Amino acid sequence: MEKGMNLKLKVWRQKSTADKGGIVDYNVNNVSPDMSFLEMIDVLNEDLVKKGDDPVAFDHDCREGICGMCSMFINGEAHGPNRGVTTCQLHMRSFKDGDTVYVEPWRSEGFPVIKDLMVNRGAFDRIQQAGGFVSVNTSGRTMDANAIPIPKEDADKAFDAATCIGCGACVATCPNGSAMLFVGAKVSQFALLPQGQVERKDRVLNMVKQMDEEGFGNCSNIGACEVQCPKNISLEVIARMNREYLTANVKPEN
Amino acid sequence: MAKGLFGSSLMKKFWMSITGLFLISFLLVHCALNALIFANDGGMLFNQGAHFMGTNIIIRTMEIVLFGGLIAHVVDGLMLFFQNRSARPVKYAYEKPSASSKWYSRSMALLGTLILLFLILHLYHFWLRTRITGLTVQPTHVFFEGHKLEDLYGEMKFVFSHLWVVIVYVLGCFSLFWHLLHGFRSAFQSLGLNYTKYKNGIAFCGDLFSVVIPTVFAAMPVSMYMGWVH
Repeated sequence: MEKGMNLKLKVWRQKSTADKGGIVDYNVNNVSPDMSFLEMIDVLNEDLVKKGDDPVAFDHDCREGICGMCSMFINGEAHGPNRGVTTCQLHMRSFKDGDTVYVEPWRSEGFPVIKDLMVNRGAFDRIQQAGGFVSVNTSGRTMDANAIPIPKEDADKAFDAATCIGCGACVATCPNGSAMLFVGAKVSQFALLPQGQVERKDRVLNMVKQMDEEGFGNCSNIGACEVQCPKNISLEVIARMNREYLTANVKPEN
Repeated sequence: MAKGLFGSSLMKKFWMSITGLFLISFLLVHCALNALIFANDGGMLFNQGAHFMGTNIIIRTMEIVLFGGLIAHVVDGLMLFFQNRSARPVKYAYEKPSASSKWYSRSMALLGTLILLFLILHLYHFWLRTRITGLTVQPTHVFFEGHKLEDLYGEMKFVFSHLWVVIVYVLGCFSLFWHLLHGFRSAFQSLGLNYTKYKNGIAFCGDLFSVVIPTVFAAMPVSMYMGWVH
């Protein structure tokens, strides 16, 4: 059997939101290149548990790259060095034997650290609740969505925006700590579809208002978010949100 | 409505781009007019142009609007800068920003500050002298077809006879180049006009503008110092 890699980890440990926290060094040995990054952390945690130490707390759920739960700022990049993947889909073959790897939580005023690498992304839920939905009649006579004609191009763009899994990598990587790629995606997916038209103006006004209240920064079109987004959401969604917002402000009635 | 026009993050970005585009339009006029020095006619054409700009009521009114726009751009920019800093109270221990963005895009506040410092010197050299204290060059006026014109061309030759001034002006133009390289296309993005269809066109115009305008500006002090214009 091929010998595994030995890595030096520098992991952010923080007991609670109130705790100051700091970087702690760990050695992880015999790491298989086929492991995912999260499995490597699992190995570390098993060691820690065996030693009677507190394991590193981190978010994860599906481990298939579709749920948006995993986070981690790895070696200075959201979801690590690869493009178009979440941390659970980042494999240890992307690292070399002897590498030093920094692992930190998302850093944002809007994402307080719960413990270690886990942050509270409730801010995204509250932004969604402010307008990221369509109100449909559930009386049983709801019109079949497929019966509404939608241009193919619009449907594709709406779907592209809707692939956002709300992981928060855009906020984490943005030098301004801005959440506009997320909000832009959520505004776009409805603005492009006929079902989203009724609440179109209220939606963008309310979602942006909530975004500002959560303490996220202002977009300055740097473009780091679209590079690091695991779903490759385009900056185009931010342009659309800007457009929707200005239109809604200038012409508040339909 | 009043809150809607100013309070939010997106409106701050809106005003940043509107004032930015306004300043870009000023750069174009300023650059085109100053390029008259390259007519190599002892500054006659340039002095006439400067005389027109200095005495025309519309231009003089726009001068006040220009100062207003500049101050708004600076104040708005500072507000964005400080808000964005507080959006990440705990910094990362290890960051690799070069992996996903350009340094000049991340340094707009720094580049803007450098341009502002340059601008203070520039206003002292020319605006203050032509509008308030009078020119330092002797004689201060020249005669052209019976009209008495301020010799701003002579003032330029005098100011740009100092090497350190030429160097500072060229550095100012470099700051402007990088500021525009991000700012031009960014303005269209903030206004929501960066449709996929126009994206390449906007980027091309932005890059062209960012290169041409600062180059022509930088050519002025350099060629005057070297004695290429006369």
